[in-house]
Amino acid sequence: MTKCKNLTLSGLEPFELKSNINFVNVGERTNVTGSRKFLRLIKDDNYSDAIEVARNQVEGGAQIIDVNMDEGMLDGKEAMVKFLNLIQAEPDIAKLPIMIDSSKWEIILAGLKTVQGKCIVNSISLKEGEEIFKEQANTIKKFGAATIVMAFDEKGQADTYQRRVDICKRSYDILVNEINFNPEDIIFDPNIFPVATGIEEHKTYAVDFFKATNWITTNLPCANVSGGVSNVSFSFRGNNTVREAMHSVFLYHAIKNGMRMGIVNPSLLEIYDNIPKELLGFVEDVILNRRDDATERLLDYAENVSNKTVKDKKKEKWRDDDVQSRLTHSLVKGIDKFIIEDVEEARQNSDKAIHVIETYLMNGMNVVGDLFGEGKMFLPQVVKSARVMKKAVAHLVPFIEEEKVEGKKSNGKILMATVKGDVHDIGKNIVGVVLACNNFEIVDLGVMVPPEKIIDTAIKENVDIIGLSGLITPSLDEMVFLAKELEKLDLKIPVLIGGATTSKTHTAVKISPEYSGPVVHVNDASKAVPVSTSLLSEDSDDFVKGVKTDYEVVKENFENRKVTKSFITIDEARKNKFIIDWNKSKIVKPTFLGVKEIVIDDLSILREYIDWTQFFRSWNLHGIYPDIFSYEANGKEAKKLFDDANELLDKIIKEKLLTARGIFGIFPANSIDDDILVYDNKSSDKVLDKFLTLRQQSKKAEGIPNIALSDFIAPQSSKIKDYIGSFCVSTGFGSDELCSKFEKENDDYSSIMVKALADRFAEAFAEYLHKEVRIKYWGYSSNENFSNDDLIKEKYIGIRPAPGYPACPDHLEKNTIWKLLKVEEKIGVKLTESLAMWPAASVSGYYFANTESKYFGLGKIDKDQVIDYSKRRKISFKEASKWLNPNINDI
Amino acid sequence: MNSIFSELNSRILVLDGAMGTMIQTYKLEEEDFRGDRFKDHKILLKGNNDLLSITRPDIIKEIHKGYLNSGADIVQTNTFSSTSIAMEDYALQDLVYELNFDSAKIAREVTDKFHKKKYVAGSIGPTNKTASMSPDVNDPGFRAITFDELVESYKEQIKGLVDGGSDILLVETVFDTLNAKAALMAINDYFEENNISLPVMLSGTITDNSGRTLSGQTVNAFLISLSHFPLLSIGFNCALGADKLKPYLKRLSNSTNFFTSVYPNAGLPNAFGEYDQTPNGMLAQLREYLDENLVNIIGGCCGTTYDHIKLISEEVKKYKTRSISND
Repeated sequence: MTKCKNLTLSGLEPFELKSNINFVNVGERTNVTGSRKFLRLIKDDNYSDAIEVARNQVEGGAQIIDVNMDEGMLDGKEAMVKFLNLIQAEPDIAKLPIMIDSSKWEIILAGLKTVQGKCIVNSISLKEGEEIFKEQANTIKKFGAATIVMAFDEKGQADTYQRRVDICKRSYDILVNEINFNPEDIIFDPNIFPVATGIEEHKTYAVDFFKATNWITTNLPCANVSGGVSNVSFSFRGNNTVREAMHSVFLYHAIKNGMRMGIVNPSLLEIYDNIPKELLGFVEDVILNRRDDATERLLDYAENVSNKTVKDKKKEKWRDDDVQSRLTHSLVKGIDKFIIEDVEEARQNSDKAIHVIETYLMNGMNVVGDLFGEGKMFLPQVVKSARVMKKAVAHLVPFIEEEKVEGKKSNGKILMATVKGDVHDIGKNIVGVVLACNNFEIVDLGVMVPPEKIIDTAIKENVDIIGLSGLITPSLDEMVFLAKELEKLDLKIPVLIGGATTSKTHTAVKISPEYSGPVVHVNDASKAVPVSTSLLSEDSDDFVKGVKTDYEVVKENFENRKVTKSFITIDEARKNKFIIDWNKSKIVKPTFLGVKEIVIDDLSILREYIDWTQFFRSWNLHGIYPDIFSYEANGKEAKKLFDDANELLDKIIKEKLLTARGIFGIFPANSIDDDILVYDNKSSDKVLDKFLTLRQQSKKAEGIPNIALSDFIAPQSSKIKDYIGSFCVSTGFGSDELCSKFEKENDDYSSIMVKALADRFAEAFAEYLHKEVRIKYWGYSSNENFSNDDLIKEKYIGIRPAPGYPACPDHLEKNTIWKLLKVEEKIGVKLTESLAMWPAASVSGYYFANTESKYFGLGKIDKDQVIDYSKRRKISFKEASKWLNPNINDI
Repeated sequence: MNSIFSELNSRILVLDGAMGTMIQTYKLEEEDFRGDRFKDHKILLKGNNDLLSITRPDIIKEIHKGYLNSGADIVQTNTFSSTSIAMEDYALQDLVYELNFDSAKIAREVTDKFHKKKYVAGSIGPTNKTASMSPDVNDPGFRAITFDELVESYKEQIKGLVDGGSDILLVETVFDTLNAKAALMAINDYFEENNISLPVMLSGTITDNSGRTLSGQTVNAFLISLSHFPLLSIGFNCALGADKLKPYLKRLSNSTNFFTSVYPNAGLPNAFGEYDQTPNGMLAQLREYLDENLVNIIGGCCGTTYDHIKLISEEVKKYKTRSISND
């Protein structure tokens, strides 16, 4: 005899039809053909009560849930998918395997594509011939589901013993022998038909079923038998006492004959031993067809039985507990059925509605949090708890509003987002809910939110706090990135950091230092409320100061502990410099050497060099020009801004309201290690000055160099003559006057526009001048012909890095440029104490012409380079540290 | 196909370690990810590790080589996110076939240089969308992706992986079983349509101490849901370190007749998201798997390096492989 495997199924939990299980109960209440109540709920789109029907079945002992949406007035496919999706989110239901029940193949297919567990398909048959039967069975096999096979063929439904046996055998042979279907995954349904209908031929229906079941389990190895039990009592609809007894008797005999699974409503099932003796006798006569007058006798009996209506037999015990316990139960179990009445009761017991949240509901959520922490609840359950919590809060909100002091609408507006690349949002949602409970307005951007969207929304919605969440480790970098972006925009919106991988240490060491606004790590939902409240209170300054101090201590402690690992010494870094083969590298002798002043009278020359994308960015409109005009979100706004800008531009150009002054110099040069010696253009022995560059110092993978700008200039030792340029341009002259004129007219918009345009003009000027230098004055790229777009994308040869930017963050270099070019004397651009340029619309930098030169980021440098640099710069270590601070490895 | 089956019957095979962790050591910048070809791409590409197979194949090759030299028998292609679904974030959906083809080809080229038989496993990640969970807490019935969309997307990936020369397909880091079912469906369809067959490995992820997948399934429910496919192996990777993962792998190992695989993280991430479990630390924990005869294929996930794999590959030689019954 073949050794059979047990039938296995799965929901969130496994199910195995082990030999010690004599009967598996399939819940049938979520079946629109069998339950009018369920049909009505689905038709009314009342899915939340429909879910409760499923839950009741689970609690009533169902081990598999049958779902059927076959009803003419329903879009069965849509209803099936929707309901299955919804119960997947209910862990106490989804733990069970699903039986996807439909006579329409497309509904079955849709169901199979919706459930992660191993399901049972109900059903397929030979009704439409072998081809379709095989095709459907094959698909079921590919989905890894089990299937019910109806005793049905081309001629119709089997209603005799012999037809049942023949059809089942034929089906089995096709499935097992032709398409290798696992025999244990075959469950035959040999048709349970109503008995006691008054029709003669129906009398043997139950008996034939039992016999066929017996034959199948004996002769078709490993296959199982199932049936829809309630059919048998169809003629006694409305008389539950009789029906319950009939189900029980039928089951008793069917199980004895080998039926191990059935669709039966457990609440419509009397215990066999509890059936009154007299009734049992009548029923068995009918089921087993023991007497010709069995039907009449049962009917007589039935008329005398008062029809007990089915009540909710057991009122759930937990409903008798005190209100706190009930609320906790609902939150932990994710049941929303009683939440409103319980919350209302709690509210009546409290002075203020808000106290219900702060005590009752928070107590409940704390239990959820603890259970989750201990691994006794898992994520989908916590999500459900959050939902119940939301419902509870929604009920309380109107009362809270009423009790509030006039005028004050919400405690503050908080943006919540799971950062880019991360899908985890449970924690974020919980924090969101808890905050909402405490009367904060939540703007939830969901998951995988790109930084631009967070910032845009924060500005547009004028939020008071930004809450960032993430669970996976790369999210930590995203948070740091976002902090930097916020800093760039000079925002001061407080940021909350939360999520599984975040920590106070990481927040203190990596995020907080990047942002001058408040950054607070909030590791659990309960902390979010007091922190947010403090951040938005009148003494928030003290709170913020306290947090910053605390974090500085954390940072210091951490740094004292941290061992360097990813840095190499500056000497090693120099040995791993960027190599240019100077014997092969083509160095073009500049056509012009020395210093030259450029004054542009007609600003229209610069107009075509304007990088409009950057212009829009300065107005917080993000998008690439000119595509931005077609953006749904900000396209219109961008276009309007663009038109206004051009109108003003016309005026500026026509009336020469701004002046463009620039200066540049090209000099012979050589490098020694990280220094670039700038020679007099006449006598190359005379060193005019020295540019000091900084070298990447983090440990690189093999073959990747540690670059410094000096690597792009031929070393002195090569005896090769090389060159370097530097420049400063400004278009800010006149802008102050113009701005103050607009401001006097209360036209802030135009004033800001002038500044933004002057900035763009300065960049455009730098771009223009660089091109002139490449083509004309240095002439190393005299044949180039790039569009403005190409220029923006830096397609040209050579670079023009600017001090204060990633390749050379050292602002002190500007002093050298100013000295070399006599910038202030010649064109009037000044350096402030902190080495910012005035007028602000100015750009300065170097020119490197080597074809291999490229932009790079210095990254962090180590202390030994700072010492080395301070000696080269001839300043104290302390002063050097001050200037280079953002780039110094935090030791 | 037979060769890996028979090899697995006689010894424990070693899978490589983390690709991402090794890529991080190169400290790549935006330009590296872009290369010349994607210089003008409108979206930031830094972090799109899979793209490096096109823009910095030298690095990917070097990493494969590093792992093979450390004793790995199987290398995974650099295609964890190379589906149209995951690439949508970078607006690189159109590149999917090429990404997979190139990644498989690179791995193929490196493995072919070894005298000893080495295998290329085409890595098929979970995508960043879940078919059986809603991303919206207020709308539990919502789904961001459908089964059919997943199948279509996976098929495209599979074609690239197979054409590029993969020996094995590896459906990995499964956090939603329905996504994995879609991947298996896509594989099944692709094999049928092209009349081929490759061994398929499957590896799930247990996300926390509840011992369940992110989509809520227990170990055995997960196993049952995926056992319809004739897998080469089933196992777990990622999320937890070897110590925390062990009870679940044990449960799996006791319940299946497939070969088993495990490639845990190097412990749990520290406050900075860095994995700092040393090779020896990890080995000590993995030794328990070996002592108890739980696995046939073993390797490392996030945070593991050449050194981890070297130690593991030396250690497994001392152990007999887990035997499976053939009923």
